[in-house]
Amino acid sequence: MNWDLFPQFLATGLLTGGIYSLIALGLVLIYKASRVFNFAQGHLLMLGAFITWWFTENLGWDVWLAFAAAIGLAIIAGWLVERVALRPLIGQPILATVMMTLALSQVLQGVTILAFGAYQRSLPYLFPIQPIVLGDIRLKLNLALAFVLAMLGFIIFVLFFRFTRAGLAMRAAAEDHQLAQSVGLSVPRIFGMAWAIASVVATVCGVLLANISGVELTLSLIALKAFPAVLFGGLESIPGAIVGGLTVGILESLVGGLPQDPALRALHLGDIAPYVFMLIVLWFRPDGLFGLKRIERI
Amino acid sequence: MLKLNNIEVVYSDVILVLRGVSLEVGDGQIVALLGANGAGKTTTLKSISGLLRTELGQVTRGNIEFNGARLDRLLPEQIVRHGIIQVLEGRRLFAHLTVEENLIAGTLAHGNGRTKTDVEMVYTYFPRLRDLRRRVSGYLSGGEQQMVVIGRALMAHPKLMLLDEPSLGLAPLIVREIFEVIQKINQQEKTAILLVEQIAQAALAIAHHGYVMETGRIVLDGPADKLRENEDIKEFYLGLTQLGERKSYREVKHYKRRKRWLG
Repeated sequence: MNWDLFPQFLATGLLTGGIYSLIALGLVLIYKASRVFNFAQGHLLMLGAFITWWFTENLGWDVWLAFAAAIGLAIIAGWLVERVALRPLIGQPILATVMMTLALSQVLQGVTILAFGAYQRSLPYLFPIQPIVLGDIRLKLNLALAFVLAMLGFIIFVLFFRFTRAGLAMRAAAEDHQLAQSVGLSVPRIFGMAWAIASVVATVCGVLLANISGVELTLSLIALKAFPAVLFGGLESIPGAIVGGLTVGILESLVGGLPQDPALRALHLGDIAPYVFMLIVLWFRPDGLFGLKRIERI
Repeated sequence: MLKLNNIEVVYSDVILVLRGVSLEVGDGQIVALLGANGAGKTTTLKSISGLLRTELGQVTRGNIEFNGARLDRLLPEQIVRHGIIQVLEGRRLFAHLTVEENLIAGTLAHGNGRTKTDVEMVYTYFPRLRDLRRRVSGYLSGGEQQMVVIGRALMAHPKLMLLDEPSLGLAPLIVREIFEVIQKINQQEKTAILLVEQIAQAALAIAHHGYVMETGRIVLDGPADKLRENEDIKEFYLGLTQLGERKSYREVKHYKRRKRWLG
């Protein structure tokens, strides 16, 4: 163990965790609204990154403008996915919708390859890349700013849910679909809204990650890190997504980085650690740390 | 204002639950819909509010008219915009939202700019809710939850409120309180109310008109004061003998007198 590097790994893990929690937020949004676990979130993320790259490469747009345009497209894409793929499945067994999101992930992957090619691309930097040094810790500025942006996105969504009427409508529909309809809410429209927002969140994550590791098909696999995050944070919980994401980031970084023995490192324990931790948490808290407990009065 | 003409309701394309139900609610009236469990009262309400669709039910014959517009082909959210709100049975509220959020949820479909004054209006009907406004509604007592649920319906300023068993599982004292408020809402807001109830006595006391349902049909109807005097109603729903005395449980026969209704 190399304890000198502990603060360094902790800080890097925390920053990466910020992006994981934003991916987790996308999963939570859709699950909260429609009880669908979206396995295609990672592929929406990858698609967003590729679209942004395409705007910068082929139209010569500034990266921020391309980012904004990709967010606009993401709204349409998310809404369309709900309308075409998931709305016909309302009322069908949950397995059918899960298979649909899996199918969707394959379709999105195929579309991306057909439209943009399966090559690794690089996006112009959103932020300057010089390192910042805080005592013993050296951080990439772009990672730090990506973290800030992710947290900012988080705060915006928390405020949206707490203080706007649309946010209240989404929270209400999340609790009881029939009841929501009885007060005049259109539940399918709310599903569409949830998908549109989740798709925007995915695009933001995609571009932030692409800035760190490049635009490539494997970006979709990063969503796998968000799965343990939402499961032990609690599938319905926005605070759960943030805590879950940060925990996964830190665990991965510490467990993956601290052991010095090359044989041990070759095991890639960092990738496994979040899942092991998730299992232990679910053992004691089946709803996750912050999952909605059913209110039962006796 | 509301007219059901001979409607027939079928669940899942095979299960016939309502046969030839006709019913009318006039402007500003309270109409009681009585009947035993499984008679089809809730189904009648759901066919008006359109929530039948969420349970694979369908109005297969007849039609439902509200101020001249046909309702039976509309979606629930469209029917709400016509001014009809159903208060579902069993105090269904958004359990994780606070009391005030629950009330505001009642206005989400309309989005008029008067939410603040409307919330105040609900607090004048149910003063207790003002102190509970920041509480998570799932933890309130049954009576308080019923207040939230009726208050939420009130927020939409409905022309017609469909109340499904507001007395269910509440203490007699609270039932009386709730019924007083229902009557007050009817008088002050001019809201017509279609009230489904098991406590026939309480419902007929505030209603103008009453209908009795049995196995998917309406078997009897009339002005509320006439129904209160009806011998069959007295025996079946009010628990009185011909002499007008309360039956002692010792004398209750362990079989039920059956009545073949004309109709």
